[in-house]
Amino acid sequence: MDTVSAPILEVRDLHVRIASRRGIVRAVDGVSFDVPRGGALGLVGESGSGKSMTLRAILGVLPTEAQVTSGEIRLDGVDLRQLRGSDVNRLRGPKMAMIFQEPMSALNPVARVGWQIAEGPQVHLGLSRGRAAERALELMRRVGIPDPERRFRAYPHEFSGGMRQRVMIAIALSCDPEIILCDEPTTALDVTIQDQILRLLTQLCRESGVSLVFVTHDLPVVAQVCQDVAVMYGGQLVERGEVREVLLDPRHPYTLGLVRSAPDFEYVRESLVPIPGSPPSLVSPPSGCRFHPRCAFAEDDCRTSETPLRPLPGGRSTACLHYERTLEAVEADRACP
Amino acid sequence: MSAIEIPPVPPGPEPASEPVLVVRAEGRAASRWYRQPALVAGLAILAVVVGLALAAPLLTPYNPITQNLNESLLGPSKDHLLGTDQLGRDTFTRLLYGLRLDLRIGFIAVLLPFVLGIVLGSLAGYFGGWADTTIMRLVDIVLAFPFYVLLIALVFVLGPGERSIYLAITVVGWVAYARIIRGEILVAKRQDYVTAARSGGLSNVRIMRRHLLPNVISQGYIYAMSDIVQVILAIVTLGYLGLGIPPPTADLGSMINDGQNFLSTHWQLTTIPGLVVVVVGLGLSLTGDGLADLLRPGQ
Amino acid sequence: MNTVNAVDARTTVAGAEPLLSAREVSVSFPVGSRVGARMRGEERLLRAVDGVDLEMRRGEALALVGESGSGKSTLAQALAGLQRTDRGEIRFDGRVLPASRSRADRRRIQMVFQDPYSSLNPRMTVGGMLRELLRVHHVVPANRVATFSAELLALVGLGEADLSAYPRQFSGGQRQRVAIARALALRPDVLVADEPVSALDVSVQATILNLLSNLRDELGLTLLLISHNLAVVRHLCDRVAVMYLGRIVEVAPTEQIFSTPRHPYTRGLLAAIPRMTEGAADSSGPAIAGDPPSPLRIPAGCRFRTRCPIAQPRCETEDPVLAAGPDDAEHLAACHFAFSSGAGGPRPERSENEQNA
Repeated sequence: MDTVSAPILEVRDLHVRIASRRGIVRAVDGVSFDVPRGGALGLVGESGSGKSMTLRAILGVLPTEAQVTSGEIRLDGVDLRQLRGSDVNRLRGPKMAMIFQEPMSALNPVARVGWQIAEGPQVHLGLSRGRAAERALELMRRVGIPDPERRFRAYPHEFSGGMRQRVMIAIALSCDPEIILCDEPTTALDVTIQDQILRLLTQLCRESGVSLVFVTHDLPVVAQVCQDVAVMYGGQLVERGEVREVLLDPRHPYTLGLVRSAPDFEYVRESLVPIPGSPPSLVSPPSGCRFHPRCAFAEDDCRTSETPLRPLPGGRSTACLHYERTLEAVEADRACP
Repeated sequence: MSAIEIPPVPPGPEPASEPVLVVRAEGRAASRWYRQPALVAGLAILAVVVGLALAAPLLTPYNPITQNLNESLLGPSKDHLLGTDQLGRDTFTRLLYGLRLDLRIGFIAVLLPFVLGIVLGSLAGYFGGWADTTIMRLVDIVLAFPFYVLLIALVFVLGPGERSIYLAITVVGWVAYARIIRGEILVAKRQDYVTAARSGGLSNVRIMRRHLLPNVISQGYIYAMSDIVQVILAIVTLGYLGLGIPPPTADLGSMINDGQNFLSTHWQLTTIPGLVVVVVGLGLSLTGDGLADLLRPGQ
Repeated sequence: MNTVNAVDARTTVAGAEPLLSAREVSVSFPVGSRVGARMRGEERLLRAVDGVDLEMRRGEALALVGESGSGKSTLAQALAGLQRTDRGEIRFDGRVLPASRSRADRRRIQMVFQDPYSSLNPRMTVGGMLRELLRVHHVVPANRVATFSAELLALVGLGEADLSAYPRQFSGGQRQRVAIARALALRPDVLVADEPVSALDVSVQATILNLLSNLRDELGLTLLLISHNLAVVRHLCDRVAVMYLGRIVEVAPTEQIFSTPRHPYTRGLLAAIPRMTEGAADSSGPAIAGDPPSPLRIPAGCRFRTRCPIAQPRCETEDPVLAAGPDDAEHLAACHFAFSSGAGGPRPERSENEQNA
């Protein structure tokens, strides 16, 4: 992690609550992390882990039933929660942008693609229509859309899924943001197209120094794009560290469970070990460590003590009180695969 | 039974793994009906109206048909709550019996197009092809005529009487149900569970009856709620035009017509039946809205 | 349940009569209006499946792999009798299956669908669904229906109490189990699973995959798995058939196809799989560049040539046939150069296509 310059994004003790018929849902419950400038952080978890809500809280686009109840979100030093709505809005585009999972619903179906890309620069950067259109063409070329002059005037439905995703990336880049939040951008794409988009994202980050927060449930995908990864479970962070370290050498039983239960292309295991039980209720989560009801290594203190992330040697952190047991299990796996 | 290595599943159904954001649509309409003000008001009105209609013989000693020319055109009094009409018949009595008749015809007349429309709509939606084309062209033909024009023409041709009303309203009314159900079925039949049913070798009839219809019929119910109002109005209109149940049977529409001539002197003869029609319509409308809100797949 | 004759599913007898086979199967869908299509130079037909030959042997697990537009789901539905074919024949146990299948024929091939939320009738209880199938097909005598239903649920790891529950009371993983139980109710010979785990969380996928694997062993089921996820395929299947734009481009036993892929598309597909051990930045360019052509405008000659790194002029004129190499009758590929270049490693020389991309 880059300790020289300040991180572009600092999230401190974020809490998001959702009002629902069943009670208050604690969707994000005390999440803190940093994203270094130019770095890419992966946020990994299954459905209900809170990863998408975290992204939306940062951008400030939570659904109406949800709200940030406490915490700090510092973008380039400025706490977004202290700003008025209109001020935050001015940051969306020039400072931070988002790309979504379903390009068809994220793009305006009745607006021409070129103008959708050009809209940001016109509004936020004050470019004239002509200059904005030029910029849009340039962006389209940069994200690899062939024949941009002709495609400028096309509508989203005339594009394939991969192309639409490229359009969304172009829109996100249009005002030169410092950070792009990605919410499962390749989940809906074919493997070969996903490959193209992931390479594009990595290349763009390298070239322009844009930071990324990449949310996904797909472990190898996160390894493709990000240097660091944070694993979420039940609205909380359970592990954080350099991506390959965390995935290949985990220090939390949930991460271990994820890795063991997902069929991996490279390591064909004899049998997959699913994680027993079901995801925790976010209305009344388990006491202490939220994973303890499903954890094979659980002890008494897991039920009673709070489990924030604690640093480990080597720049990693884990929320597990007994991470040595995960370590042993990993080594045992390696000894007899 | 062979032992299979499957991780233990907690007994009984697990809670849905998607936490609360996705609030699933519940079809159990009975859950909160009493909390809908429209529904409660509507049901209250209907309860009164239907109560009156059912209790007609108990509420009045008179016969709605018996004429008594000596007592014609009397004003409201102790003996005659709403006075008498030009043939000496007690207005209140005729009102109650007319209400009774019109409600009965109305409810039956809604049922027939409902059934016919749903059957034809299901066939059109499920089978497609020439069945769909034929049925939809019939729909177009019926829709080409304004509702009342066709209704009146049919009743005229078929002659007055209860049966003609049923026939005419059915011929004109089935199309709305057919379209609605056809549309729903076109969508529903693409669902995997229908494909699964076909894969299971179930017959088409069975699939339509047990798998598709239960899932789409609520839209039919919702429409029926508004249709009832329209049908009752149609019956009253036919009565008004003299095309309804032939006299001397008491019927709200014909009462309105008969009483017109005495509007300046005995306004209650024509106005009260009219108001009753309005109240009935209101009750049905409110009930329909309330039920529609309940039955509609929630957010 | 069935007397479990544990058929060792992993050993299949090569050369035995295939259980389920397709010969020259094509499925097309008419698209749009005549005039519009002719003006745009496109065909009126969307050829989802365009001349496919495939064999499945009893007891094996065959994977149909491909991306969107490959036709794998359509082919699976055609094999399961849920989709009419325009051409070609489908044989089961030696007999040609007619276009409109009898109930008895339908029993033999059952399907599990991708979306657990739309594959179960929301208005029927689990017990109701099973009961209906069992009764209509007279699988067991009427007085045994309830016990048999309970046994089916036990087979997939659910309890007897679940018989009276509605689908909405279950999670995604549990619904898939119900769907599998339903498919097994008719005691089929072949189970077709169309992306059975794609809609599920990662940690739940394992349960379903293990279940399928165990059921194969216990019941001697023949499994046709449709998936875009090669990791799942590698874990579960004996043989893999790769599809592209309606055709099968390669068929081989699982380990062979992953270690020595012969068709450039397969190679590209394998190279595109994200790996935990190397980053995207590490290799030269995308595995396969460009977008797949529209199925309405299938390229002449070899349909993959527009994105193929080793395309030659010959590929424009001659459509390669799916054929085995000289050494191995089990490994087939539809490429003129499938068996000529050495061992078939990951990235062949860049051709014109790649340089223009």
